[in-house]
Amino acid sequence: MAAVTYDHVVKRYTADVTVVKDLNVDIKDKEFMVLVGPSGCGKSTALRMLAGLESITEGQIRIGDRVVNNVAAKDRDIAMVFQSYALYPHMSVYDNMAFPLQMQHMKKEEMDKRVRNASKILGLDPFLKRKPRALSGGQRQRVALGRAIVRSPKVFLLDEPLSNLDAKLRGQTRIELQKLHRELETTFIYVTHDQVEAMTMGDRIAIMNAGILQQVGTPGDVYDHPANLFVAGFIGTPTMNFVPVTTSDSTAKASGFEAKLPKSVPAGKGTLGFRPEALTDRPSADGSNLQMKVDVVERLGSDQYLYGQVGSDQVTARVDPRMKVAPGDTAQLGLDTRSIHLFDAESEAAFF
Amino acid sequence: MDFSVLLQDIPTLLVVILGVPAILAAYIVGGEFLVRRLPDKNRPQVRPWIWVGPALILVAGFLLLPALGTIVQSFENNAGSWVGFNNYASQFSDFPSGGAWVAIRNNVIFWLIFYTVFTLVFGLILAVLFDRVRYESIVKSLIFMPMAISSVALGIIWIFMFQYSTPGEPQVGTLNAIITFFHHDPVVWLQDQWPSDKFNVLNNLALIGAATWGITGFAMVILSAALKGIPGELLEAARVDGAGEITVFRRVIFPLMMPTIVVVGTTLVIFALKAFDVVYVMTGGNYNTDVLAFRMYEQLYTAGNNGHASAVAVILLVAVIPVLIFNLRQFRAVEARR
Repeated sequence: MAAVTYDHVVKRYTADVTVVKDLNVDIKDKEFMVLVGPSGCGKSTALRMLAGLESITEGQIRIGDRVVNNVAAKDRDIAMVFQSYALYPHMSVYDNMAFPLQMQHMKKEEMDKRVRNASKILGLDPFLKRKPRALSGGQRQRVALGRAIVRSPKVFLLDEPLSNLDAKLRGQTRIELQKLHRELETTFIYVTHDQVEAMTMGDRIAIMNAGILQQVGTPGDVYDHPANLFVAGFIGTPTMNFVPVTTSDSTAKASGFEAKLPKSVPAGKGTLGFRPEALTDRPSADGSNLQMKVDVVERLGSDQYLYGQVGSDQVTARVDPRMKVAPGDTAQLGLDTRSIHLFDAESEAAFF
Repeated sequence: MDFSVLLQDIPTLLVVILGVPAILAAYIVGGEFLVRRLPDKNRPQVRPWIWVGPALILVAGFLLLPALGTIVQSFENNAGSWVGFNNYASQFSDFPSGGAWVAIRNNVIFWLIFYTVFTLVFGLILAVLFDRVRYESIVKSLIFMPMAISSVALGIIWIFMFQYSTPGEPQVGTLNAIITFFHHDPVVWLQDQWPSDKFNVLNNLALIGAATWGITGFAMVILSAALKGIPGELLEAARVDGAGEITVFRRVIFPLMMPTIVVVGTTLVIFALKAFDVVYVMTGGNYNTDVLAFRMYEQLYTAGNNGHASAVAVILLVAVIPVLIFNLRQFRAVEARR
């Protein structure tokens, strides 16, 4: 159990290949922190630097109060679950889980107790004597988790642990991981490219892009108050609608409609962002209404997605499934201006 | 040069150049023609035999029949009359210095153990160390280079390495140059039967050292390929789990390489049993450095005793076959695991 601090951390391979740029994150003790971003954004490198598998070019990483820059991986007291699970193919499930304890020269009885305890939590009892080869993907994944939890490490690292599972198993494991986190009361750092995993599991989310940390916050924070265009576009499915606008005072004029802004901004160009669910089939009280030429209608039972054109812009709306609309129709939609965002055209930072 | 002899043989030449491909083509076309006449369900069973047929005939004609001939001959004397197990009896007579005993001892104790173990250990160490070297491919090519040298040249190179000059003279042989630098008397490496002529370790090891130098690259390259087949995440997982580099090697790398080590090991055992060229070039089997393959050669060409030579060949064959079968099985097991 320990907090983890990234203090101005840089990872540079060559003079012009920098994969992590000035990363500053404070991860609290017992927190479930998710590092999320598209592939190649530096999130895995950040995790591997913490694990001691990559050197740190600049800055400091601290586990608790201890600077670990020059501490070997084996002495950092962390556990890691790899994407490929990295189970030792020549050892039984039991030996795989006992391996980290053997490395600590733990007494046989204590080791046995811990392995059996972990195997009970993860439901691995029937498989203890099997080799990893004879297990299904989900079972292997649980062995990898088991190998990590037997040690009660200071920090628990997970590098895309669910990406090799099928959709159903992934949903289940997501819930199991959250339970596990509550039971173990350990700091979890979880790397994923899947924003759904990030939103559902994280106490807080750190979003990275191109080696730069974009925003750190609770799932609610980053969803409702994205710091910039990238975060707004990355979090949420279907993605937020982005429409180029010209602003003056507190109105934003797009190609097909005008929206009332919740506060006044300097005149100029910008990008208006609103999530599909900000559009409804009821007219807006402040007159921010728009007409959508509907191209495609997707009915999912609980939701109805409309894809179409508003002026010259492509817009997606998530509306009440009872609304009657067909492709080719022009739908009258109201925009809930309480949940719209405006981004600077140059810096892409959010005004609100 | 006089080509007239060749010109006389033009008809023969034509028959060879045109006839052999024609026969092969006729065999394939005819075979396929016959196969198509068969009922549908039998075709897949018969067709492979048509294609492996020529290879089987060649193997039978040039390997199997001569081998059987050798076995028959091992029970005959030079005149071709049956002598029972006499040829074998004379190989196993007068233990420990008579018959083939010295050769058997050298093969089984020195070559089989030291040659195999040295090569495996050096190959493994080099493969693991070079895996972490920056100019890996260059360094590995250097170690692999002796494989490109013919074994006769290898023997001659090592004769120079082991060269002896009388004390006081400048030592041309590299090894003697080194040990005289440390004020040790020069050693006659290839004749010195230290510790005793009953159990001469030194000159046998000198030969084995030369042979090991030639083959280590082979072991290294195969072991290195096996090493690279181990996923990097496994080693990282072991490090995160608290294992130091030596433990990682002992508990993860080595067990995962074991199937390959066994295949290389058994291949080396076969090489060790067949050892011939280094002995032939460097000592001629003198000073108690005889080995079975060389004894076979000597019995046949020097002593002119076909029966004895055949008996030695059969002994060698019987020794190699179990190793060969084990090797093939193990190789298939490694392949199956991929």
